[in-house]
Amino acid sequence: MTDQKTEQEQEKETVSIVVDGKPVEAKPGELVIAAAERQGVYIPRFCYHPRMRPVAMCRMCLVEIETPKGFMLQPACYIPVKPDMQVITTSAKVKKAQDGVLEFLLINHPLDCPVCDKGGECPLQDQTLAYGPGESRFVEEKRHFAKPIPLSALVDIDRERCIQCDRCTRFAEEVAGDPLIEFIGRADELEVNTFPDHPFASYFSGNTVQICPVGALLARPYRFKARPWDLEQVESTCTSCAFGCRVAVQSSSNALTRYIGIDSDPVNHGWLCDMGRFDFEAVNSADRLGKPLMRKPGAEGDEDELVQVSWGEALGAAADEIERARSVHGPGAVAVIGGARLPNEDAYAWAKLAKAVIGTDNVDAQLGDGLPAELVLGLPRASIDDACSAPAVILLGPDLKEELPVLFLRLRGAAINRDMPIVELAPQRSGMSRYCRTTLAYRPGEAAALARALVEGSESDVAGVSAGAIAQARELLEEGAVVVLGRPSLAESAESIAAAAGALAKLPGVRFLPALRRANVMGALDMGMAPGVLPGRVGLAEGRDWFSGAWGAVPPSRGLDAAGILAAAAEGRIQCLVLLGADPVSDFPDRQLARRALAGAGSVVALDTFLNPSSRHATVVLPVASYAERSGTTTNIEGRITRLGQKVVPPGVARPDWMIAVELGARLGDDLGVESLEDLWDEIERLAPSHAGVTRAMLADRRHRDGVVAPIADGRGPDAPPSGAAAPDTGASETGTTEDGAIEELKIIDPMGTPGLLATAAQGVPATGVAAADPRDLGSAGHGDGGPRPPLLAFSAPTDYTPPGVDAYSLRLVAHRTLYGKATLVQNAPSLAHLAAPATARANPHDLERLIAGGGSRLRVRSRRGALVLEVVADAGVPRGSISIPFNAVGADAGELIDATRPVAEVRVETP
Amino acid sequence: MALYPRPRSALIPVLHLAQEQDGYLTEDAMVHIGELLDITAAEVYGTASFYDMFFREPVGRHLISICTNVACMINGAYELVDHAEKTLGIKADTTTADGEFTLEEFECLALCDKAPCLTVNWRFFGPVTNQDFDRLVDDLRAGRLADVVPPHGTLCRVRRTVGLPAQVPFPGREGDPMKKPVRDGDGVGAAAGAPAPPVDKRTPGERVAEGQQPAREGAVPQVDESAAQILGPEGTDTGPTAGGSRAGGGT
Repeated sequence: MTDQKTEQEQEKETVSIVVDGKPVEAKPGELVIAAAERQGVYIPRFCYHPRMRPVAMCRMCLVEIETPKGFMLQPACYIPVKPDMQVITTSAKVKKAQDGVLEFLLINHPLDCPVCDKGGECPLQDQTLAYGPGESRFVEEKRHFAKPIPLSALVDIDRERCIQCDRCTRFAEEVAGDPLIEFIGRADELEVNTFPDHPFASYFSGNTVQICPVGALLARPYRFKARPWDLEQVESTCTSCAFGCRVAVQSSSNALTRYIGIDSDPVNHGWLCDMGRFDFEAVNSADRLGKPLMRKPGAEGDEDELVQVSWGEALGAAADEIERARSVHGPGAVAVIGGARLPNEDAYAWAKLAKAVIGTDNVDAQLGDGLPAELVLGLPRASIDDACSAPAVILLGPDLKEELPVLFLRLRGAAINRDMPIVELAPQRSGMSRYCRTTLAYRPGEAAALARALVEGSESDVAGVSAGAIAQARELLEEGAVVVLGRPSLAESAESIAAAAGALAKLPGVRFLPALRRANVMGALDMGMAPGVLPGRVGLAEGRDWFSGAWGAVPPSRGLDAAGILAAAAEGRIQCLVLLGADPVSDFPDRQLARRALAGAGSVVALDTFLNPSSRHATVVLPVASYAERSGTTTNIEGRITRLGQKVVPPGVARPDWMIAVELGARLGDDLGVESLEDLWDEIERLAPSHAGVTRAMLADRRHRDGVVAPIADGRGPDAPPSGAAAPDTGASETGTTEDGAIEELKIIDPMGTPGLLATAAQGVPATGVAAADPRDLGSAGHGDGGPRPPLLAFSAPTDYTPPGVDAYSLRLVAHRTLYGKATLVQNAPSLAHLAAPATARANPHDLERLIAGGGSRLRVRSRRGALVLEVVADAGVPRGSISIPFNAVGADAGELIDATRPVAEVRVETP
Repeated sequence: MALYPRPRSALIPVLHLAQEQDGYLTEDAMVHIGELLDITAAEVYGTASFYDMFFREPVGRHLISICTNVACMINGAYELVDHAEKTLGIKADTTTADGEFTLEEFECLALCDKAPCLTVNWRFFGPVTNQDFDRLVDDLRAGRLADVVPPHGTLCRVRRTVGLPAQVPFPGREGDPMKKPVRDGDGVGAAAGAPAPPVDKRTPGERVAEGQQPAREGAVPQVDESAAQILGPEGTDTGPTAGGSRAGGGT
């Protein structure tokens, strides 16, 4: 506590300096350039970036600073403030320095702005115009390079334009941890390049394009696609995973052209992963569904096929299927899988349709690859910032680099800059392991036992982890910890991880950050898209009175989760299966069960953006609007609600999911009582206890541009300052008046830090108009009928879990996801699709030596469910007794081996 | 590598070893060094390409570097380069067809008192007249200077077999040694008040004789009398370092 106090005291301290004769209050240790910018004094710069260490490479920010020898030119980006420091930014000497630096930087710059993608949003262009000499004395030949050349599959470099500011190379090393690009050569031959034939294969390579202050780094998907002044943009949140990075979605001619990461202090710090940045190509894809489809007898009459129909016919058919199943077999014969792709409003509409109108509780937004809803919703929640400022982090989840890449960046940053200890419990080494103080590689299926040993201590080895390693890890956790909780392997049951969470919850003061990856899975769970829960993190029993008053009815008892639904469907007990943007055949861990379920279900109604392996089998396929084609809100892993922006119109006649829910409700004889997204949010705010007080006005308020963490009663609410405001180094433009609804400019931490945002903000339409704010206060009133609001779910997790015994003849399977795989978004984005690596199994060298005794590296991996033949390579990161196979890779698929009813998949390996 | 606080600090010495072995830095060598030091090949490449003493293309058996910086230039360095080009029949920065000589222009070699100067495989000669140069080339071709001029890539002919490992508690080196200034006053950290680490006064030969493990397998100390003369005092015990070639004249 004393440490925290001194930190707070330090924060209150300020250093007074004088910039151009005006007094400026700066934070101790702040750089002159940042302190001046907060006071509205802009010092030109190229290499300085507020999220990276200063290097003073470009010399553009030279200002006069008083020294014992008088005023001297010094780089403002490199000099921390000192009490009573005198700074002059506008003298003739400074101007001469700026002229000189710009003339120098332009010596070898080709000045090909008219054909350069950066033209119009280029810091070099802008600052040359504002601060440059206008003429050059350089008449010699400029240096020439082959241009552009690829650095990676996504990024090209034009070395002639490069001004060697070190932003990209610094990012690669300092932020991403992939120092695959470097300065090569020296002096006038200096260039940014990779090692020959070692491409810049980083998941974060697109960020270097975003922060390049010239047109040297180019993203291939955007190259020559548009000019900045043709772009329109809207603020939104990336939903490629559930981390919730803020983005500016930019479009031209009703096609998405690029995303730019917005610096949201509590979330992404301006960074995006390449999948999130480039999967907009899937939205533009020509294969998108634009018309409703229905299965009808083929022309020959012998085979059914999907044919285009009108909305009326398709909705009528879908309603008929649901009604038939419900009236003949009861509401439980209808099941809804999916909903994590939907914004909150749409998820709520579907939860209401399923639970109130249809009356089924067989609803699950997760596809057997998450954690039980009651567990997730009841967790004592930590925010991302909490995790990054915790005394220690316990990581019991997926490989964050592959599934939540920007969370990986945040935690990596904390581990490196704060020396924060991370204790990783994983069945194999992950991309994070390098930055973890210790990685306890446990035997798959025995996470709970290891967690218990970590909390209680152990005299003997547990789950294949030595007692000494456990004791060492325990020492790191003495001051408390945040647990990042997800599924380390899809071949290990969720129950095992739930029991581990139950054990870890006994650590004093522990809090959890869920590491679930599906886009809006947290929002869908909040909205009740799971068995046994109702909107607002309420249990079915606790919320029964409240919601039957509001909705008219709620399901009588807890329904089935995705695994249960699919098992029931396979047995013919589900007459109508609704797939809400879900593709169980590709995503459910147990592939075989998913296929049998789709075959066994009476009828399948799919709402999707593409025809995928599941919707191909549907009776009715309804085309829906995808990301950037609709407004709404989304919720990230920490419960932060942010707004999604619409920028383009959906293809054909595709609609948002909520409209389909409303239509189906009407056809099933029950009006959902909503006509717009605004109605939906108002109803959520009124009924969902966790969302009480999170009004539309609040979400639209620019002070909450980083979103609102629900529930707001925990001190991060509207009365607390938005966390972004207190951020250091932001240098944000002053907060404008928001009470009168005036819309501020985009918060730009550093206009040169993110080229592209400012230009389009100035030249395109402002990034707003997501959903008009309604100042009406709807927060306080309940609906009157159901008594007091029900309580939020409390934490509950099973603690008793007995792992299966070890079978000495088998290897235990570890099934993990990779960033680029078979996912719809990746496969429909041409730039990303070819990055998906073919499936390769990895095994410990000791095991492999034994396995390939017969020679050859292709082996047959066989489980009770099925068999795969694939390449097996040695990897010491996989513990002995385990074998690791990617779950979503192109080609062989670990899902063929997984049996959803077994706690852990065991496989035999043999020569084919 | 054990001599350094972090493996990556060994990069330049290890690059020199690779160059000594292959004559230049092959891509395979750079990839391998990256694996050895736990850094990416790009980082190795970035460093290797920065320094003029590292070659990424094969060079001849004798690397002749003629200084063309101010002092040498005034004393006729460019004329010497022209003459050298004629004598060897090649342009600067190229190699003779027989692979014997590579000629390069170099910036200041720090032998300004004997301008114009040059180095052959980083061993100094100066001042050099055109006649001296022709004789030098003949001698090199005939192998008469083998005692003075080692094979290309040899930074130092004295191999350290035992050294001060980085684990020795230098004053102020608690925790991460890279985060605090290291005060190595006289090379062994005899800062005031702090106990100086033990200095091993035995010769390398004695240490081996006493059964200590040599740093590199098979690196039996080869004390070459002539090389020891050429190399300055800092060269006799510190082994390969970046600055190792800055030593006394050896004409």
